Amino acid sequence: MEANFIQQLSIFVLAIFVGYYVVWSVTPALHTPLMAVTNAISSVIIVGALIAAGPEGMSLSKMLGFLAMTLAAINIFGGFTVTQRMLAMYKKKK
Amino acid sequence: MTDLHANLTALAYLVAAVLFIMALRGLSSPETSRAGNLFGMIGMLIAVVTTVFSPEVQSYEWIIAALIIGAVIGITTAKRIAMTAMPQLVAAFHSLVGMAAVLVAGAAFTNPDAFGLVAADGNIFVGSRIEMALGAVIGAITFSGSVIAFTKLQGLVSGAPVSFGGQHFLNALVGLVILGLIVFFCVDQQPWIFWTMTALAFVIGVLIIIPIGGADMPVVVSMLNSYSGWAAAGIGFTLKNDALIVTGALVGSSGAILSYIMCKGMNRSFFNVILGGFGGDSDSSGPAGDSDDRPVKRGSAEDAAFIMKNAGSVIIVPGYGMAVAQAQHALREMCDELKQAGVTVKYAIHPVAGRMPGHMNVLLAEANVPYDEVFELEDINSEFQTTDVAFVIGANDVTNPSAKSDPASPIYGMPILDVEKAKTVLFVKRGMSPGYAGVQNELFYRDNTMMLFGDAKKMVETILRNLD
Repeated sequence: MEANFIQQLSIFVLAIFVGYYVVWSVTPALHTPLMAVTNAISSVIIVGALIAAGPEGMSLSKMLGFLAMTLAAINIFGGFTVTQRMLAMYKKKK
Repeated sequence: MTDLHANLTALAYLVAAVLFIMALRGLSSPETSRAGNLFGMIGMLIAVVTTVFSPEVQSYEWIIAALIIGAVIGITTAKRIAMTAMPQLVAAFHSLVGMAAVLVAGAAFTNPDAFGLVAADGNIFVGSRIEMALGAVIGAITFSGSVIAFTKLQGLVSGAPVSFGGQHFLNALVGLVILGLIVFFCVDQQPWIFWTMTALAFVIGVLIIIPIGGADMPVVVSMLNSYSGWAAAGIGFTLKNDALIVTGALVGSSGAILSYIMCKGMNRSFFNVILGGFGGDSDSSGPAGDSDDRPVKRGSAEDAAFIMKNAGSVIIVPGYGMAVAQAQHALREMCDELKQAGVTVKYAIHPVAGRMPGHMNVLLAEANVPYDEVFELEDINSEFQTTDVAFVIGANDVTNPSAKSDPASPIYGMPILDVEKAKTVLFVKRGMSPGYAGVQNELFYRDNTMMLFGDAKKMVETILRNLD
């Protein structure tokens, strides 16, 4: 448990650094698509909702999982679609 | 679960995390960005499929139903939304991530067994309790804060800041009570503690966003973006899911960097913005009443058309007013006409123009303005002095020279676009009302400034007609 937590914390801290350098290299012209796509990928929280909605039978936990899944799914489909729509508009000079 | 299966699962999550990093990396240029978005989608698909085939998931009806509902609502909304409404849409999406985090934390709390969080003594691991508490609290703040930001951006409530006496004291008090409850929750895992702190987190989310004015929304939207990431990371720790931890960290730092860039664009500290009470939405309303006796030079659309047609170079400075008036398409047509007449046209974007980072760029892209004609402040500011005409449309405070010269001004020190250095400044504006910072713009009274009073879209259309 303890060793496991330290390992996850290491991944977390390293990922913050990766995020820091990757995001600074994003061109300011694409900051709105950046927000839309980060929003879509943060909905990977759906994996937690899947586990909650997964068991057989009916329970409070399963209902919460179902609701969470629906919200996260709206975000995933909506977030990627709207990002794609925006990115398709960026064109070079003819 | 066999070891092999566990390892394969962990490996799949790792691949998903790498694909998410590549999705952000792709945004370093418009050419690579579309491939990046595809990587993001593949990453998401891998993460979802991997989880669906894990042994914890045994029944699929509800899952399929949720996915279908989500796909229908998400895709329809994303296809229909107007580009000018992008800030509200993003705020709405943030609220969903926040709520999902609260619900997942709630599910983990009510059925810890399914998540493998039960210790030998029958209680939830203390570490897991901290993680789910943080996930729920940050998620709840993200939710209610984003809902308030949404109502302000959508114009359902006034964008003006809402302040009352003892506001900061109340916020601090509620914050401390939440912290106390988290500690208490680690000692005793009573349901009332979990739900009370979540409820209080919803309340404080509202309290911290209401005092922030409409024009400070770029910071708020970025900050909530960051919160949604930290909430996801908190849940990632609870679930011991590396993909979720990595993604949460990426999104958290992305939002934090955007908030920083926005604050720097206004020369204000993050705390100054968060404490709120700064400015309202005065720019978008108000009649043409002079609040200052000094004379201004008024021009007509004919004058503007004549000046620009005979200029060698024009720099367009768009702001939120252009978005409100939906003038971007007419503006692009006007610029096409000018280019045909042999005029060099460029666009200059201030970091905080609009209601979210990069808002102006998206609107111009929507109107088919090529992205290599659009420049950021630091790349174009030196060019104003050699430019014939600066055409300011819907921007105000970001062009105010007193930010450089008047230490008493509330916007002193804010980086501004040096439009006053152009030979002629054409300033499209509805009336003489000051910008959101509540300060008069010195630029209006300069000899080289001509004010074009009227609705931005109508003005541009009239100029366009006069160009022929």
